[in-house]
Amino acid sequence: MPAGTLYRGREGMWSWVAHRVTGVLIFFFLFVHVLDTALVRVSPEAYDEVVATYKTPIVALLEYGLVAAILFHALNGLRVIAVDFWSKGPRYQKQMLWTVVGVWVVLMVGALYPILGHAVREVLGS
Amino acid sequence: MSTTEKTAASGIGPIEGDGELAYSVDNPAPYIEAPRQRTKKTPKSTRGNFEMAAWLFMRLSGIVLVVLVIGHLLIQLVLDGGVSKIGFAFVAGRWASPFWQTWDLAMLWLAMLHGANGLRTVINDYAERPNTRLWLKGLLYTATVFTILLGTLVIFTFDPNIR
Ligand code: HEM
Repeated sequence: MPAGTLYRGREGMWSWVAHRVTGVLIFFFLFVHVLDTALVRVSPEAYDEVVATYKTPIVALLEYGLVAAILFHALNGLRVIAVDFWSKGPRYQKQMLWTVVGVWVVLMVGALYPILGHAVREVLGS
Repeated sequence: MSTTEKTAASGIGPIEGDGELAYSVDNPAPYIEAPRQRTKKTPKSTRGNFEMAAWLFMRLSGIVLVVLVIGHLLIQLVLDGGVSKIGFAFVAGRWASPFWQTWDLAMLWLAMLHGANGLRTVINDYAERPNTRLWLKGLLYTATVFTILLGTLVIFTFDPNIR
């Protein structure tokens, strides 16, 4: 530990950490996602086969996590832009973060059924 | 506020707030003037503005990506049965339209360039040895060019009657 690191961060620092982690995560996913989509140039069967794995319950859970990462990064990205370009942005950065978190929670609850509904039905066998 | 006109002996500007406390523990991000303002005596920079362009690009592409990416997630994962409907036939249906081809092409390029530039920042922050930086960036740029070209090729050469 370097000496003198008294700054323990508050909302500003942790939102930056989350923005960075989600950004890197999304980038790695995008790389894989372009590769799997490229299978439409191989054959319909090859493509449908990978997409079938995207429809399994475990991958549905990963999809929900990916959507969580993307939505946070997108909403917080807009906050970063507001901090940079809106003259009162820095002063309201904290309020804006809690707005981001609030909107994010609402959207994530809304995404529960569309993304996980089929997985739950499959696990329960109905 | 014009910073280029100043000829004041000190290049250090005041901080915003008219004497009142402009910031506090709960609001730790005051607006601070650039520590060294440009004066008439400041020499012209001989460097280009690449980093500034990159900074601006992150913000402009971010705004466009909100629409492209959230629209993409809605179509693929939420509307019309969610992920269950996706398959070769679904892709063929969408890419029959130049509108969705353009949408996906723009999303591919913007997201890849935005993400790659973001990762460049991350590498610059954490990789300290010049050799490590060189190799990581080489790998990043190679993977980025490859992915953009592959994705572009797939969108332009898609053949619904491949079989
Ligand atoms: C959906 C809309 C998006 C918005 C509004 C957005 C916004 C932003 C902004 C404003 C920054 C700059 C942060 C800074 O300079 O401090 C940023 C950084 C970043 N973004 Fe995005 N972005 C979006 C989508 C994406 C996507 C799809 C990816 C991945 C392919 C991505 C990956 C990254 C990475 C890796 C960084 C660097 C993080 C850092 O330096 O800490 N972003 N984003």
